[in-house]
Amino acid sequence: MSAPQDQTPLLKLIGITKQFPGCLANDHVDLTVGQHQIHALLGENGAGKSTLVKMIYGVMKPDAGEILWQGERVTIANPAFARRLGIGMVFQHFSLFEALTVVENIALGLNNKADRIGLADRIVEISTRYGLPLDPAASVHDLSVGERQRIEIVRCLLQNPKLLIMDEPTSVLTPQEAKKLFATLRRLATEGCSILYISHKLEEIRALCEAATIMRLGKVVAHCTPAAHSARELAELMISAKLKPNDFAPRPISDRPPRLILDRLTIRSNNQFGTDLTDISLDLAHGEIFGIAGIAGNGQSELMEALSGEIPSGKPEAIILDGIKIGHEGPNERRRLGGSFLPEERNGHGAIGGMSLSENGFLSGHVRGSLHRLGLIDRKRSFDFAQSIIHRFDVRTTGPAAEARALSGGNLQKFLVGREVLQAPGLLVINQPTWGVDAGSAAAIYQAIVQLAEAGTSIILISQDLDEIFLLCDRLAVIAGGRLSAPMRVADASIERIGLLMGGTAEAREVAHAVPV
Amino acid sequence: MQFRFEPRGERSRLWSVASPVLAIFVTIMATGLIFAVLGKPPLLAVYTFLVVPILNLAGLSALAVKAAPLIIMGVGLSLCYRANVWNIGAEGQFTLGAIAGGGVALAFANAPFWLLYPAVLLSGVAGGMAWAAITAILKTRFNANEILTSLMLTYVAQYGLIWLVTGPWRDPKGFGFPQTALFSASATTPVIVPNTGIHLGCLAAPFIALGIWLLLSRSVLGFQLRAVGLAPRAARFAGFSEVRLIWTAMLISGGLAGLAGIFEVTGPIGQLTTEISPGYGFTAIIVAFLGRLHPIGVIFAGLLLALSYLGGDAAQMNLGLPSAVTGIFQGILLFSLLGCDILILYRVKRIVPLKLPAGETA
Amino acid sequence: MIFLIVSFLVSMISASTPLLIAASGELIAEKSGVLNLGVEGMMLMGAIAAFATAHATGSTSLGMLAAIGAGMMMALLFAFLTLTLLANQIASGLALTIFGRGFSALLGAGYVGIAAPTLSKLNIPILSHLPVIGPILFHHDVLVYGSFVMIGAIWWFLNRTHAGLILRAVGDSHDAAHATGYPVLRIRYAATAFGGAMAGLAGAYLSLSYSPLWAQDMTAGRGWIALALVTFSAWRPLWLLFGAYLFGGIMFLSLYLQGMGVPIPAPFISALPYLATVIVLVLISRDRRRIRLNQPACLGKSFHAAA
Repeated sequence: MSAPQDQTPLLKLIGITKQFPGCLANDHVDLTVGQHQIHALLGENGAGKSTLVKMIYGVMKPDAGEILWQGERVTIANPAFARRLGIGMVFQHFSLFEALTVVENIALGLNNKADRIGLADRIVEISTRYGLPLDPAASVHDLSVGERQRIEIVRCLLQNPKLLIMDEPTSVLTPQEAKKLFATLRRLATEGCSILYISHKLEEIRALCEAATIMRLGKVVAHCTPAAHSARELAELMISAKLKPNDFAPRPISDRPPRLILDRLTIRSNNQFGTDLTDISLDLAHGEIFGIAGIAGNGQSELMEALSGEIPSGKPEAIILDGIKIGHEGPNERRRLGGSFLPEERNGHGAIGGMSLSENGFLSGHVRGSLHRLGLIDRKRSFDFAQSIIHRFDVRTTGPAAEARALSGGNLQKFLVGREVLQAPGLLVINQPTWGVDAGSAAAIYQAIVQLAEAGTSIILISQDLDEIFLLCDRLAVIAGGRLSAPMRVADASIERIGLLMGGTAEAREVAHAVPV
Repeated sequence: MQFRFEPRGERSRLWSVASPVLAIFVTIMATGLIFAVLGKPPLLAVYTFLVVPILNLAGLSALAVKAAPLIIMGVGLSLCYRANVWNIGAEGQFTLGAIAGGGVALAFANAPFWLLYPAVLLSGVAGGMAWAAITAILKTRFNANEILTSLMLTYVAQYGLIWLVTGPWRDPKGFGFPQTALFSASATTPVIVPNTGIHLGCLAAPFIALGIWLLLSRSVLGFQLRAVGLAPRAARFAGFSEVRLIWTAMLISGGLAGLAGIFEVTGPIGQLTTEISPGYGFTAIIVAFLGRLHPIGVIFAGLLLALSYLGGDAAQMNLGLPSAVTGIFQGILLFSLLGCDILILYRVKRIVPLKLPAGETA
Repeated sequence: MIFLIVSFLVSMISASTPLLIAASGELIAEKSGVLNLGVEGMMLMGAIAAFATAHATGSTSLGMLAAIGAGMMMALLFAFLTLTLLANQIASGLALTIFGRGFSALLGAGYVGIAAPTLSKLNIPILSHLPVIGPILFHHDVLVYGSFVMIGAIWWFLNRTHAGLILRAVGDSHDAAHATGYPVLRIRYAATAFGGAMAGLAGAYLSLSYSPLWAQDMTAGRGWIALALVTFSAWRPLWLLFGAYLFGGIMFLSLYLQGMGVPIPAPFISALPYLATVIVLVLISRDRRRIRLNQPACLGKSFHAAA
């Protein structure tokens, strides 16, 4: 495609440094992406990958260091300039506008007026050529997460990029969709577009990438060829400590009557862009960990809210806990009966950033922990409760008086998991327990969940991370489009089958939106 | 040299206290500047505005009398705003409190004090609550924005008052003035410091502030109100009913505004007229913010803003300035406070020029 | 009878125009995600600036320019607080109104009860001589025509131009707009300033054409009604036009009924527009989904970019 200048790397970063208050996000990072190369940027949560690529795309400015683009020094002042150089980026948390249509969203990413003429036709053309079907007139809020990602990719492709940055692209895809994406990416690379691929999933990097740069705590720790190393070796480069094998002994199956029964639970989402739940049925045994897999936005948060009582069901018999019909009850009555819940969103849902840890302990612990008396908060007991969580779960903080927002993601999550676990619940429902959490904290959280199950608590684990579900769960089901598949034993489940179920209704909806080829 | 704001990560305790002080300083400078532009010597004008009114005992007692309704309402509003309920119609609830309590006072003028006075106060509170309840029901039942409805209802309340004092309740012996008869002694708020205007309401205000502070900081209800204000989803997660909390916040703030209204008309004014408030209900909003939405802070803020009313009068008498300088002072004070508050959560950082070699710029 | 209807409609148009102008400015500000509750204060500042300038210079055009300038200065003050210093938009808007009331009263103290030049009626040639239609539609001052042109221009801007698309995008998700490379704060500053300019102009209409004189607090809550209109319209310009005329009609009706000596106590009639605002808000807000679907998702939220 281009003149043979393969000797000059497409992009070279030298000594890039970025300081945030309280943390050095990037510490003299060097990175070289060759022409036509699919290059992996590997590291666990908080390693500084996203910060680095935001500087390449001009969203943030480095404090020090230089960027060479095709051998020349550049200062990338803003994303428009990055796009002019030929850099495109697909964000992890999509940079899309919900209220606008596909074509409007794409137009917003094009700088030149000329590029926006006849845009709808060109979207159809590009999306067809690369197997990324899109309807230009659809509103973004009606689209699945996978479709949204396609908008971002097509938006980049329309500008014939020389470098495409992808931030954790497969976290929102079914295994089958991920395979298709890899095919598209390989094809782009052969056509002359380099790809900087950010991930913490080792197997897919070994399969896809020719070179890798591994980051840890803001520093580059290695440059390597992924295929030449085992996933385990890569992981050990990525994570500071040697990995403890996280294998849990199988748990005996209880023969007592089920602890929780969901019977055709149907809920209307209270979010205008949410997913309604339809006929969710499920039996949960004592001491069982039940995984709910699925792609983001298929009803996971609604299921969480339906189980916690934030959206009560009209029918009491839709949810039965230990033989008591609780479908119509609110969160506190469910807690009184042994329920315990932890939603995905820490800040503003599971916890309140502007309140102290002591108060955050009170937030969900006040019922079972008897933290109040005669309408007054028992401040001593609340403090002690928070203190005991901090001790038991090794939460790094200054104490129960610290504000929740001052804690790192992993530490706050350990505190919140601890808050629910220490209430010794009969039922724990937990959504995305290790989202955005460092490996050390994740291991501690897994340990706590398994111990709780061994003590007889029934657990529903909602997660988009299949590895997590396979590691911890006895059985699983897949949620898609607000419907739950039939449950299956983890031992009998195959990735292919789960992938199909994850895409099940999403596939059907996509056909409706797709453009005839 | 350029600056930017950088998040601190948590609240700065120092600036939580220092920000209002800085804001008051900025306000005094800005007001002085405006005085200078208007051709008045700024130092003398600021002195006249902020110091002259409280140089004698009469001034101090006037300050207490003006501060009482501001503190009582400001405390209610700070609770409301903590819960993220934007009641800006305290002026209307104040008016309805005055009307409801005043109506009882007029109807049973001959009843004994021990019976009538508590009834008058209670009906004042009930009147304020009832007016706030309209906003509450429109918000919880019909999702109508409380900012706009509570404000519109303030206009309605004022016209209601005008109608009553020019129509059915007008004092037949009042020479046609738009006012009711004077309330009887049994319906008059007692003066507690003889020979000053300091009345029961001035004494009640700090106790009410203390009570609301205890409610907010120590009770489960107060926790719920704070939680729903900071994070409504987290409050729902904790099992707190948002609808109930909106009602609670509206009723408490409305009831306190009604109480302030009935203290005012049965105390310093002594009857219902068309002019029962120089905008206390709106000033109370500033009081609430200046007091950091903290009931104890509201006491100090109420005193300062009461001073701004006295200062406006003093500026009018001594310097020939329109009393509207009160509004300007109040507006600038709230601006400065809101502006300075950024220092609580952010620090100012100088932008160091990039150590990048000169290259292309966009 | 026809004369009566004509005069009714003419008066309704002049009662509606200030609402329409102020609300169209606020619509743009809200579309960008900025909720400025200071419309009342900005209108008052516009009214006194226009009146004082017209009085001093004899020129209503300079008066209108002064009003635009005054409204913009107020809006920029608000923008500095809320956009640069990240202050709470609701509280800052209230402060702007309190400040505008005080400042306009101070500036206007010497202007109470005196006259200034008023906006002249522009007769559209030929058309204004048409019977009935002529006086209703073609015998108005420049701001009445301007308000119609403005609402059309706003519709076109929002729905047909790329700049309008960017404005809507910023109001829908400031994070995404920032990540795509748009200067969120600069766009919001501009939208807020435009809102202030329109509020100032609406004030000028009151003091140069509608009343026409200066009186303290002469806006009498029109700024708040304009805010309610933006919600009522669900952020759509053509509905805004309809709403402004509906409310203009009610406001005029309340004046008209008082003039007619209808046996209803005057205060009740005066309270009518405010009651109507409450009722309309209730009717329009009942459908939560519709409001949330149309409301700019970032309305009233502060934006701080990590850079």
